[in-house]
Amino acid sequence: MIRLFKVKEKQKELAEANGGSPLKRQSAGELRLHKDMSELNLPKSCAISFPNGKDDLMNFEVSIKPDEGYYTGGKFLFSFEVSPIYPHDAPKVKCKTKVYHPNIDLEGNVCLNILREDWKPVLNINTIVYGLYHLFTEPNHEDPLNHDAAAVLRDNPKMFESNVRRAMTGGYVGQTLFPRCI
Amino acid sequence: MVESTVQQSRSRDLDKLLLRPGNLVGPNFEPGPGLREDLKEYVRVLVVGAGGLGCELLKDLALSGFREIEVIDMDRIEVSNLNRQFLFRLEDVGKPKAEVAARRVMQRVAGVNIVPHFCRIEDKELDFYSNFSIIALGLDSIEARSYINSVACSFLEYDADDKPQEETVKPMVDGGTEGFQGHARVIMPGITPCFECTIWLFPPQVKFPLCTLAETPRTAAHCIEYAHLIKWDEVHSGEAFDPDDPEHMKWVYDEANKRAELFGIPGVTLSLTQGVVKNIIPAIASTNAIISAACALETLKIASGCSKTLSNYLTYNGAEGLHTKVTEFVRDKDCLVCGPGVLIELDASVTLQKFIELLEEHPKLLLSKASIAHRGKNLYMQAPPVLEEMTRSNLSKSLYDLMGKIPKDVVHATGTTNKNDKKTSVLRKLRVVFKGVDEITDMETAAGGA
Ligand SMILES: [Zn+2]
Repeated sequence: MIRLFKVKEKQKELAEANGGSPLKRQSAGELRLHKDMSELNLPKSCAISFPNGKDDLMNFEVSIKPDEGYYTGGKFLFSFEVSPIYPHDAPKVKCKTKVYHPNIDLEGNVCLNILREDWKPVLNINTIVYGLYHLFTEPNHEDPLNHDAAAVLRDNPKMFESNVRRAMTGGYVGQTLFPRCI
Repeated sequence: MVESTVQQSRSRDLDKLLLRPGNLVGPNFEPGPGLREDLKEYVRVLVVGAGGLGCELLKDLALSGFREIEVIDMDRIEVSNLNRQFLFRLEDVGKPKAEVAARRVMQRVAGVNIVPHFCRIEDKELDFYSNFSIIALGLDSIEARSYINSVACSFLEYDADDKPQEETVKPMVDGGTEGFQGHARVIMPGITPCFECTIWLFPPQVKFPLCTLAETPRTAAHCIEYAHLIKWDEVHSGEAFDPDDPEHMKWVYDEANKRAELFGIPGVTLSLTQGVVKNIIPAIASTNAIISAACALETLKIASGCSKTLSNYLTYNGAEGLHTKVTEFVRDKDCLVCGPGVLIELDASVTLQKFIELLEEHPKLLLSKASIAHRGKNLYMQAPPVLEEMTRSNLSKSLYDLMGKIPKDVVHATGTTNKNDKKTSVLRKLRVVFKGVDEITDMETAAGGA
């Protein structure tokens, strides 16, 4: 029989030693994220920020300023929401800047394989940011989330380029108004 | 008179386990009627979850001679629960599961006392959980298991030789089912693998590529996930989807149906919609009954010592014939949740800066450029620059103050270390003990200040 009395007393003592207050315990996800963050090594064109301060690493934002390709000069903000069981689950990533892009829809959903079907626990936040950066330097028409943008990229790259410019400087592409992000 | 006859017949089978000596019993087993009474008097069991497994567990534990039981669950009863969550009736729909389950078992099993808690597991403080002798889990989510596991492991203390201190071990019994498959396991933090040591046992959720959902749906599940992940945001700008709101679920179901018609895909139903969105496989009553019986038996074994416990993971598969197997998984000795970590003794005057330097010289660590976290607070971060800037002012403060003047506690450090001439980044658990700090005075100070 487990020594039930002893167990109860000792654990009561422990809980009281902590001032009786519910001390915050870090979830396994938070611990792993602590590791990801302290070894974060972003490209110069990317910046990270923590809207809830230094003690909430689970919700953060990354801005990406592509320095090559169609989107050069634009600035795109992504929100990250990390689960307590990270890295078992991939972070939820959304694009907060409305963008004319074949792989990002107007609601900010992003089609990036490592965010969904190809996520593995060995990947980390760095990998995701590089993946997102890659979407801007090499948008692809084969995994469309914005069907129209994908078709234009495939059939008429020149027109795609001018559409991207118009969207980034704040203007209409078709029926959709894009805010300036340059 | 009638009462005592009932009591006797109810404990008849239990007595065969509790009153007689045996060769396969646990180390501290002391058979006799006193043991049967002690189980009632001193053992307090917490059941986490009052769903399919929880209902079975409560009934099984009550009938196994436990008298002091509590149950925690945040859900209300839904019509779709009634086929297997047998403690609930049609008139209970909408009521809290924990409350109805507790009442029904108390009505049927005389003398048992079940206290319900209708709330989230995160709402309870640490000393709520410290009150129980054993925690039995009847859950369907990895997040909730991971949470309870970290709570139970937070009571665990190691001695100077990295041996777990017996009186700080909070045993858990965990059950889980998916369709015709299930598992039952015994977790003795510090002794057998904890949930986090073996999280890889849970296969990652299947996630369809978003562009497949948007462009080339081929299955009913694709249509449902399109409505859930893409269409919902398009229509409800800003409003978060709540899987527990029946109207939200109905909306997703209707949209999935429209999409399925558009692409000529059959098979979208409301129950499939719920299954896909909540990532659940239909529960089978018999699987719940078998797994919960195994869990209740292990709880009895841990509490009474009447037999050695399962070591340590039972799988059950009833899909084709019947197959059960017990696997003895091993602990991850470096587990951040249940492992001992590295013991470090310090003077209370040591600054955070000095502490980080000590980690670099520590023979067991040789950890350079460490970032330090304590209970969700980032004391110092080497990167990214924005966090380094926000935490830099802590470097000159004493670690003892930064940790809230607690005489001993766990901190986590990430840094780089040389392994086979290769720099690798590692995350380590450290047990910091401050020397020369009077524990009693300090406890009072901490409590007074809180
Ligand atoms: Zn562990």
